[in-house]
Parts: sequence; structure tokens; C-alpha cells
Amino acid sequence: MSASPTSATRQTAVPFHFLSGPLPRYVLRRLSQAVLVLLLVIVGSFFLLKMAPGDLVDVLAGNSDMTAEQMAALRTQYGLDQPLLVQLFLYMKRLVTLDFGYSPLNAAPVLDVIMQRWPVTAILVASSVVVSMTLGALLGVVSARNAGKPIDLAISMVMLLFYATPSFVIAICFILFFSVFLGVMPIAGFATVGTQATGLAYAWDVAKHLAMPVAALCTFYIAIYGRIGRAAMLEVLKLDYVRTARAKGISERRVIYVHALRNAMLPLVTMAGLQVSALVGGAVLIETIFGLPGMGRTAFDAVFERDTNLLLGVLFISSLSVVVVNFIIDLLYMVLDPRVELT
Amino acid sequence: MKKQIFHIDRRGFIAGLASSAAFPAAIGSSVGSAFAQGQTPKHGGTLTTVAWPGTTYMNAAITTSGPESFLSPKFFDGLLGYDYGMVEKPALATSWSISEDGKRITFNLREGVKWHDGEPFTSKDVAFTFMEVIKVHHGRGRSLFADLETVETPDDLTAIFVLSRPAPAIMKALDGRESPILPAHIYEGTNIMENPANTNPIGTGAFKLASYERGVSIVMERNPDYWDGDKPYLDRIIVQYIPDASTRTAMLESGQADVVFLNFLPALDTLRLAESPDFEMVEEGYETSASNHQMDFNLDREIFKDARVRHAIAHAIDRQWIVDNVWHGFGVAGATPLHHEQRAFFTTEGVPSYPYDLAKAEALLDEAGYPRGANGVRFDLTIDPTPYGDESLIAAEYIREQLRQIGIRLTIRTQDYAVFIKRCWTDRDFDLCLYTAAMGADPTIGVQRFYWSKNFKPGVAFSNASNYSNPEVDELLEAAQVELDPEKRKEQFAKFQQIAMTDLPTLPVVHTTRATIAWRKVKDHTVDAVGALGNLANCWIEE
Repeated sequence: MSASPTSATRQTAVPFHFLSGPLPRYVLRRLSQAVLVLLLVIVGSFFLLKMAPGDLVDVLAGNSDMTAEQMAALRTQYGLDQPLLVQLFLYMKRLVTLDFGYSPLNAAPVLDVIMQRWPVTAILVASSVVVSMTLGALLGVVSARNAGKPIDLAISMVMLLFYATPSFVIAICFILFFSVFLGVMPIAGFATVGTQATGLAYAWDVAKHLAMPVAALCTFYIAIYGRIGRAAMLEVLKLDYVRTARAKGISERRVIYVHALRNAMLPLVTMAGLQVSALVGGAVLIETIFGLPGMGRTAFDAVFERDTNLLLGVLFISSLSVVVVNFIIDLLYMVLDPRVELT
Repeated sequence: MKKQIFHIDRRGFIAGLASSAAFPAAIGSSVGSAFAQGQTPKHGGTLTTVAWPGTTYMNAAITTSGPESFLSPKFFDGLLGYDYGMVEKPALATSWSISEDGKRITFNLREGVKWHDGEPFTSKDVAFTFMEVIKVHHGRGRSLFADLETVETPDDLTAIFVLSRPAPAIMKALDGRESPILPAHIYEGTNIMENPANTNPIGTGAFKLASYERGVSIVMERNPDYWDGDKPYLDRIIVQYIPDASTRTAMLESGQADVVFLNFLPALDTLRLAESPDFEMVEEGYETSASNHQMDFNLDREIFKDARVRHAIAHAIDRQWIVDNVWHGFGVAGATPLHHEQRAFFTTEGVPSYPYDLAKAEALLDEAGYPRGANGVRFDLTIDPTPYGDESLIAAEYIREQLRQIGIRLTIRTQDYAVFIKRCWTDRDFDLCLYTAAMGADPTIGVQRFYWSKNFKPGVAFSNASNYSNPEVDELLEAAQVELDPEKRKEQFAKFQQIAMTDLPTLPVVHTTRATIAWRKVKDHTVDAVGALGNLANCWIEE
């Protein structure tokens, strides 16, 4: 789309547009909404976790023999003997200074744990959004251009299969075929354990490790993007400006991929926002199967370990990521469609 | 070939449990010699294994948790090691002697041992570890070493335990897993639980930490200055933490892992791989981690105050069926409060066995005054299976169906681990609870806690949950704590097993067994009683 002179001028015009009046006001409003969302997430999950019977010390004592005195001392140390509201207040007070507290089961500050896990999730989510959106859009366009023909039918059937197969089933099939049967793909982890590789060799190693999990996360979303893309494309292709473009004698390829696709991308971008939100915490199954220590698995374990600090820390950072991504997507709307305005 | 030997052994010793005296020697010798016979170990190579969950610390002096128990002996040595049958052998102590009255244990320490940072190991480290760390922070050590008054250090290579009364069980708890020796120069004067060395270990052990990614992996590398000849043979050990059991199977099967210890694969996968000529399954080397799956009766419940009700329930549960179908053969039908790996003390002689007999169970319930009602139900009960692994829940489902046949309506309550612990040990809001517990290297360490009335401690997990109290049992357990004569101790525990199984506050359901499954190229991973929970210094890889 950037190849077109008209869209190029639009793109430079848009950032310019940002600096004028509505943007600071818009950012401020979104920011206050974000603070409210984060606050609700923290307070809500704090009480939900506290409503569950048993606490961190019960879990610690269940894993490792302890006397009643040791347990009482730990409860005092972690402040679990305080009233709930006091615990919440103390947590919020620390959070304001970005002190996320300590995770006893990890024997590390919560921030250290998150800093180790967040990049894994970020790469996993970003790769699967890019891959599934690209493939989905492509399949959608091909389907739309060949609507009703055998190729459209074939793509529809593949997408139905992708849509209906749970990601964990696909993950296990991948492992059995590529790793156990063919023996070519590494099964678990983010990179080879103890690898000394750097630069490109390291990137290749990571790519090999992430190929199967990303593919497993993508299949469902490829189907979604494909269906949405097909519908949007069919709609857009009927619009007057496409007919105008064709009438001007612009090549069909250009009409489709520059003029029509840009417009058809809007619903796909909306979907991308939802995908990010779903995957930041929702990739638990894939993280579990492929032994990837991401945010989802961390939150999952923190719930069962009653590790309030860790859970709230993970939720805080995850929600923050989702809020930021959604903000970026709102801005993206304006890039794709200048008629969209900040309100 | 070897695999078949072990298969027969396992089935054989399930069947021949009654003649328990016969099997320890037989198994001990067959494993010791069957392994890598006549082959010379080679240096080099990396051993990769998979486990779950990830570890918190790297030494087991401050916790009794599972992951640490596996890692600690690689980085740290104990004073002693244990050969098959829990026979003491030298480690950091080269020799030892116990005084007549049992109150002084003298350890002569190995010369020239260095910590990973180059500092010399001395008796001061021993004194510091027991007095400042294990007696204070170790869950079992607190009670086991309660009578340890001081550790005298007349010179750098002599450490003398001074006890207020004899404590023979101590001698079974001195390996690198139960009581690893920590470096005093690193820990002294610090907050021990928060010392950074807890995740960056400096030990005397066969392996050093090379890298650690929390919750993901640990890489250990060979300690070239290890005191044990030219051991260890392996260059590196990699532990990868993999939450999903099927993924762990795929890792082993695809060769991305070389060995899996401690039943970390689903039982059926282990058995399937064991059929393949590429793999070898070994069930030895878990003597210090013997566990029972047991069911506590809450004796505070009026209905369980009548022993006939407890006996009836025992008669209605076919424990062998549970072993065969729930544990897939990785266990022995529960027979006594001890575990059969506690070979010196375990006996079924004169111990009531409650054979599977539904008619008898019904008769006992009738006799106890609980006839079937109009709807065929005598009374309702609940059972809380432990949410740790699948077996407990499946066993509970089987028990529900069995009890239904004798007119007891059983409701299974499932919950997560924290709720389970709180419900059974803090709130005591249960009728029956079902869980796996470690029986310890010695019954005083692991078994006593469930039957000793002084260990009825609401709020403390894995204490006496049934609220069982029998002065005679208390007396026997307390006498065995301080008895130095092994024969007398054996009699005390024999009597204890008889009474405990007669009173039946707790039904031992399965004496679980564990398995190691490895590619055949992995040699000598299990050479003594502690096996994978030792230092793996003998392990080597045949290329």
C-alpha cells in the first residue's frame, strides 16, 4: 500500500495529525481508562485469589515438612497474618513504587521472574499474530477472488479443519511427527539449553524452537483471519472506488492488494487486538506442552501456589501489555483509514 | 535381557511379598552386578534429563521439597552414602564410630576436600551445617536432630555429634540429599534462607552449577577436583523442567533426553518404552524416597470410633486391584504402615491383612449397628483424594464403587493442593483423606509422624491427621527412637506394625515403587540405595 503516491502522502500526513489538539486529550483519556482497568484487575484478582481456601504457606508446608512455628513465622514474614484490606493496601503502596514484591517459590523478586518470562510470551504472541494475519489475509484474498470456485472450496475446508482442531491436539501431532518420528525438531524450551551460540546462529536456534509452538498457536487464527478477510474482501470489491480504480485501467493485482486490501484490513486489525489479548495469558496449553516459560503458565502456577505477589505482578504486566497493544491498534485504524478520528 | 530380569523381579516381588525377608538380598545383588558388567567407564558426554516442577533452591539442607532432593546431592556431599539395603558407606566422612551409650558419634573427615570456590572443607562446616542450618531450617531435621546438643570439632578433620539421648535413625539421614553439608564460610552470619548461594551452590559435590534458568533448565558441569578418584565421568548434566508428562515422554523417545528418573513419565509410557530394546527400566535406587499412598480415617468422626467400621472398609478395598490398575504395577498392595524398602524393619508377620471380602465387610457393618436403610444405604461419607497426580483421584473413584457395594455412599471431593492441605490438616473437615507421603530412610523419620499422638498437630501438613492416640504405640515409637540394638528396634517396629494395622487409623493402600527409564547407552546411573538421588558420579555414556 505504501507504493501508492496517494497513500504515501496520507501516511506522512497522519503523524502530523497526531500532534494537533485531539491526540494529547485522547492519550490522557486512554491513560486514565488504563489506570482504572489495571486497578480493577489487581483488586479483583487479589480478592478472588484470597477467597480460595489455603494460602502460600499451606502450599510451602505441603511441599516441604514444616512445624507449626515455622509456618507461623513464614505467615508473619510474608504478611499473610494481616487483615486482607491491610495486605491489599500494603501491596498497592509498594506497587506505586513499582515494587512487585518477592516470590518465595521462585526464590526471586517477582520483577526478575516476569522479566525472564515476558520476552518469551512477547515473541510467541508477536510471531503468531504476524504469521496468522499474513497467511489468513492471503488465503482470504485468494478465496474472495475465486469465490465459489473449487480453490475457494478447498481453502474453506482447510480453514474449517484449522478452526475446529484444538491447538493442543495440533501441538501433540507436530511433536509426534516432526520430533519423535522424523527427529528433526527440538521439542521443548526457547533455545537449546546451555547453547553458546550468538547472533544469527542463536536466532536460528530460537526460530527452530518456536516454529512448532507458533504454528500450533496460529492454525485457529489463520482460519479466523481467512474467513474475515474473505468476507471483507468480497464486500470491498463491490464498492465504487474499486470499480473506479478498475475503470482507470489499474492492474487487477494492484487494485486488489493496494486499493481493496487496505480497506479490507480493518476488521483483521480489530481481530489482531483480540488475538493479542487472548494469547498474552491464554497460551497456557501451548506453553505447557512445549515447556515454554511464558506469562500464561506463570500465572497458572501462581494461582495453584497461592503466590499472590507473582500472580498480581503477571496480571499487571499482562494487562498493561494488552492496554498498550490496543492503543497502538486504535492508532493503526487511523493509518489504514484516515476517516477514523480520535474522540 | 536385563529389562526382563527386572520385570520378573518386580512381578515376583509383588507376588512374594509375604516372604518379605527373602527379596532384598536377591534384588540388591542382581542389580549391582547386572549393570555394565565388565565395561570400563568412559569420560565425557552430556546427560540430559527432564523433570517437573522446577526447583526453588539448589540445596536440600533448607527444604525437604522434591526438586531440591534431586539436585542437592549433585552439588553437595553428605557425611555418608548408602549401599543397597541402606548400608552406610563413606562420603565426606571416611570412617565413624558410635560410643557405647550411643550419645557420641565420631566422624573422621576426608582430607584434601575443597569447596567449589577452592576453600578447604573442615569440621567447622559440619558443625555449622547441622547446628545452624539443618536443626533450624530442615523440616525433618528439626525433629530428627532435636537431641543433637552440639557438634564438637577437636581438629579440622574430626566432627563429634554430642546427643542428649541416642538417636539411631540419624545414621540413615546423612547423605547429600537428606543432610547436605553447606560451606560455613559462605553462610555464616547471613540470613540462611535468603543467601544467594541457595540458587548458586558452592558445594563439595561431583558437579558444579554452570547455568540456571529459573523454572526452565539447569546445567551442571563436572567438578575436576572431585575427591572420588577420576569421577565423575560425565562432562555435563542438563535438567530440563517440562510441565507436560507426554512432552517428557516425547523428549525421551526422540533422544532429546537420555534418562528420566522418579516416575516423571506416565506409567503406561514407561512400560511401553521398557518393552523396546533401546531402553532399560530400573526400579532400584529409591530406598531413601520410599512413599506410601495411604488413607486416613478421621477418628474424630463418631462413625469411625468403632474399629469394625474401619475394618469393614479395609475389607471392601482390593488393594492389589489398585496396584495393578491404577499404579500399573508400580507398587505393592498396602500391608503395613512401613514401606517394604525399609527392609530392616518391614514385616507382615502377625500383621492383620484385611483380605478383599465384601461379605465380611457387610457383616462387620451389620455388627457395628449400621444396617442398610430402605434405599440400601447404610451411611454417607466423603473422601478427599490428593490433587497431586492422577492416581489418587482414580483410586478414590474405585473406592467409591467398592463402598457402594457394601452400602456406603461415598462422595469424592476434588480441590487444588492448597485447599486439600488446609481441609485435611488445618480445618480437619474430612472423613477419609487419601494421599502419598514419604516414609523416610528410617521409620522414625517418615512413619512415626502419622501414628504418634504427640504429632497430632492441626495446622501442620502431613502430621497425624487421623488423630490416632494409643499409649502403647507412642511407647513403642519413642523407644525405637533411642534404641541402639538393631534387633530390639526391629521387634519394636514389628509390634508397632501389628498394633497399627489392628487399630487401623490409617489404611496403607499402596507401597509405591519408582522407576528410572533410560536409553541403554546410559550406564551405571543406579549403583546404590540412593540411585538418582545420589551424585551420579558413576554414571557414564557409551557412545
